Amino acid sequence: MKIAESWLREWVNPDLTTEALGHRLTMLGLEVDGIEIEGEGIDEVIVAEVVECGRHPDADKLSVCRVSDGGDELIDVICGAPNVRIGLKTPLARPGVTLPNGLTLRKATIRGVESNGMLCSAVELGLGDESDGIMELPPAAEAGEALVRLLGLPDAIFDVDLTPNRGDCFSVLGIARDVAALTGAELKDSAVGSIDATIDDVYPVELVEPAGCPRFAGRLVKGIDAAATSPLWMIERLRRAGLRGISPVVDVTNYVMLELGQPLHAYDAALLQGPIRPRLAKTGEKLTLLDEKEIELDDDTLIVTDDSGPIGMAGIMGGLSTAVSDETTDVFFEAAFWPPDFMAGRARAYGMHTDASLRFERGVDPEGQGRAVARATELLVGIAGGHAGPLIVDSADAHIPRREAIALRRDRIEQLLGLGIEDAEVVRILESLRMQIDETDSGWSVLAPSHRFDIRYEVDLIEEIARIRGYDSIPETTLSAESPLGTVTETRIEMERVGATLIARDYQEVVNYSFVDAGANARFTGTESELVLSNPISSELSVMRASLWPGLVATASANVARQQDRVRIFEVSRSYHGTLEAHFETVRIAGLASGPVAPEQWGFKSQDIDFFDVKADVEAILSLAAGKDELRFAAAGHPALQPGQAAEIYRGETPVGVVGKLHPRLAAEYDLKRAVYVFELDAEKAFAASAPTAAAVSRFPAIRRDIAVVVDDDVTADQLADAVASSAPELIRDVRIFDVYVGGTIEAGRKSVAIGLILQETSRTLTDDDADTAMAAAIAELKNKFAAELRD
Amino acid sequence: MSSLSDLVSKAVSEIDAARDLAALDTVRVSYLGKKGEITARLKALGALPAQERSSAGREINEAKQAVQQALNARREALEAAAFEARLAADAVDVTLPGRGMSIGGYHPVTRAMLRIEKIFRNAGFGVRSGPEIEDDFHNFTALNIPDDHPARAMHDTFYFPGGDLLRTHTSPVQIRSMVEEGAPIRIIAPGRVYRCDSDQTHTPMFHQVEGLVVDEGVSFAHLKAVLHQFVEAYFERKVELRFRPSYFPFTEPSAEVDIARGEDEWLEILGCGMVHPNVLDAAGVDSESFTGYAFGVGVERLAMLRYGVTDLRTFFENDLRFLQQFR
Repeated sequence: MKIAESWLREWVNPDLTTEALGHRLTMLGLEVDGIEIEGEGIDEVIVAEVVECGRHPDADKLSVCRVSDGGDELIDVICGAPNVRIGLKTPLARPGVTLPNGLTLRKATIRGVESNGMLCSAVELGLGDESDGIMELPPAAEAGEALVRLLGLPDAIFDVDLTPNRGDCFSVLGIARDVAALTGAELKDSAVGSIDATIDDVYPVELVEPAGCPRFAGRLVKGIDAAATSPLWMIERLRRAGLRGISPVVDVTNYVMLELGQPLHAYDAALLQGPIRPRLAKTGEKLTLLDEKEIELDDDTLIVTDDSGPIGMAGIMGGLSTAVSDETTDVFFEAAFWPPDFMAGRARAYGMHTDASLRFERGVDPEGQGRAVARATELLVGIAGGHAGPLIVDSADAHIPRREAIALRRDRIEQLLGLGIEDAEVVRILESLRMQIDETDSGWSVLAPSHRFDIRYEVDLIEEIARIRGYDSIPETTLSAESPLGTVTETRIEMERVGATLIARDYQEVVNYSFVDAGANARFTGTESELVLSNPISSELSVMRASLWPGLVATASANVARQQDRVRIFEVSRSYHGTLEAHFETVRIAGLASGPVAPEQWGFKSQDIDFFDVKADVEAILSLAAGKDELRFAAAGHPALQPGQAAEIYRGETPVGVVGKLHPRLAAEYDLKRAVYVFELDAEKAFAASAPTAAAVSRFPAIRRDIAVVVDDDVTADQLADAVASSAPELIRDVRIFDVYVGGTIEAGRKSVAIGLILQETSRTLTDDDADTAMAAAIAELKNKFAAELRD
Repeated sequence: MSSLSDLVSKAVSEIDAARDLAALDTVRVSYLGKKGEITARLKALGALPAQERSSAGREINEAKQAVQQALNARREALEAAAFEARLAADAVDVTLPGRGMSIGGYHPVTRAMLRIEKIFRNAGFGVRSGPEIEDDFHNFTALNIPDDHPARAMHDTFYFPGGDLLRTHTSPVQIRSMVEEGAPIRIIAPGRVYRCDSDQTHTPMFHQVEGLVVDEGVSFAHLKAVLHQFVEAYFERKVELRFRPSYFPFTEPSAEVDIARGEDEWLEILGCGMVHPNVLDAAGVDSESFTGYAFGVGVERLAMLRYGVTDLRTFFENDLRFLQQFR
């Protein structure tokens, strides 16, 4: 909310500079986002009267004017504004004056005609963000008067960011109340006057929906001057708050809203038909609003009706059929209490947001309606004359929020704040906030004023005490709580360690969004996700990912496009599965590698990675948790992977992840020309662990024997190694495949595999005979199982 | 026939002149070999009269030893030189780059988050997590944000059909942890959170670390101390802090915390407060016996401040040239 310092100081005038006042507001919880000073540097701009005005001989859009600055001589000025006309009072900047936008005026000749200054718009003077032409000052303004004097400038505009609980501060009065409480300066509440009724006319109001409208203040003002205009001071205050002057009736309602926080509506009384009845709308009822939009109403929306039907959306926007116009002479003011629980979210549901709806949603003082109408009447009659009827406040008291006394315990204040506060200080602070206080045995019984409907619990009162006293006054005390030692588990490998291992293997961590494109998610996982957001940022970020791969591949693609030919990235994060009713999240660790094995360098021949480079990375991290014997890589199909280069990873019988080559179809989709390898592991399954159990290391030397066998292509390395290992399990400590050879003298469909056997006993040194026996057993097993031929 | 001393001199000068081990051996053979000149003199001893033989023999042996010593010395010198030459030939250009893999690094947000975790773990905080696809109860209602509360509108929530949502803050973990573990409790909960907002200073996903301490006698003064200590631990320097009244439905009193960034310049870095009794009650903790504080730290903001990152969005662009600055 924007609030002008001059207006605030009319209500409360503490002995503080502008900056200090802004700081105090912030420290009160009324955060000042910015302070803008208006009207600085325009001291020399004066009021001028346009005396002569004619078309420029050589330019259609320019006027040649002679203006008066109150002196004897008229000044020649060229003006391009459409609203320049004889008799207009408007600001004049003479040559030599520098405007806030940095422009320094000089005597100029424009298309052959001399100009000795400039008639200024509000924007040019730094007074607002929009203007339709040069500023139109009231006819009563005196030519030659300094503009800043006329407008009451300079003035500081505070931009206050209010928290949702402080609806009471959406007004000059509200902020002034807090400033008065904080500083002790007097609140000049009585600035608001009222006028007596001069006619007896009243307009009937029936509270047929008392829960939705428990209070309605109304008043007729008849016979106002339809041609009257709002005074400059009012238009200026509205402008500084971000509103435009429209007509006296509308300006008065806005002014009172800004001043007192109670939104008002003004009807053209001549257009009303029958009693006003606020009620809930019926589904499908239609209403044309002031902005000429027709809306269809829902049955949770409060409306104002008369015999003609809906005539306004309660607390949001009035209807067109009863709107005031420049012919209106009879006005009916409405100030209602629309309870927040009837208002919350309603404007939004219609795609609307108004100054009134904002205030009603946050809550207005339920006792403030009569005063607002009295103030509006006083202002309107002062501007446009007319005769006011009596102020009528209809109330359904049972539905007015009940204020209840709150028990405030002396001990609890210190307990919660960690700071003891003297009783007298507590009382002083609460009284400064206009709380009614009764002392009790343990502390006080406190009744908050009607405008502080946010105060409901003891903690709210304690916060008020801390807030007015200042959070700065609360000490810092280290809490010395006993905290038992937690365990440092070895039952799972911390993701930090897995990440560190990948980092040591030259992978860079990335962080991708959890939501991805629905199509991409389906292409990478083979299933459509049900977890689709109702209101995504964009369709590319609309479903919860079931795999981290779409993000990694997109990241790789973006980096390749940035000339990174070697990409090695990983992400540790969640994937999202299941249905809308039953969903679950798993932590995944996924990686992607593409491009050369090593960065470009002088000593290695550059070679692109293949399946086994990435498999080694996967094996390395898996080895943190799982023994080699526990893990198995099995050829498998996967929608995102190239057939024949995809493996499912098993730990025992449990699948824990997948590794393989990204399907060239997907790679092409992402413009990735080099082979891309990816892996993805389920963190919980892959990295469950136990503390290692040490086995004795043999003191006896090992013997190595190598054999080479030719077998069919479809016999896997695992099958060969398993067969060898099981052929003489008591002797064979390790089996290593150290060469695989195809082609040459090997017939098609067959391959030669070289196998190294590491033989060792823990209790004795092996003899050559032992080795021969083991070899023979291994060869027999291979021949038997795979029709292996022994090579020399 | 030349004198023995001349012979030794001649031998020594030939030894010194030998350029390599082969040349040296030639010199050795020519003096000490079977047909060498000194060997010849020894052989000739027999021809001498007996009374001269002993002294002449001694002189020849001394000459032989002198030559042998010169040979040995020269051999060692030549061997040492050859070794040095081999080493010299083995020299490398030490300025050529090292060979093999480089290393990667953690994302700066993870890096900041891991540090924050460590700071709190050191102070005895446990680390908890909760689901990111949350229900309305845990994300709002249990946190004292009932239906239609204005604070809901400010949360820019991502919804799923059926009413579940992406958590807008890590605060639901407060509820889940208190329900599960009761009080006293002393935890942090780091993780991803989501808001339906995307512009220069907002990304639809970001990271928070929630903190919660509930015990008997926990006060706002304790909260002030722990946050001040945290901020100074994180930045590794003295930092001036400002606690400003604010509003969160789940804490009362509530505060926003600013750090000083120079003269009269403050930057908001986190929100905090004393846990609202309604929240304790909703989580089954007796709000009369227990009080607590809670705070929520924006990880990206802290990472930006710590590492001089000026545009939030760069964290999620994952440009390797940006990320590789964090080792």
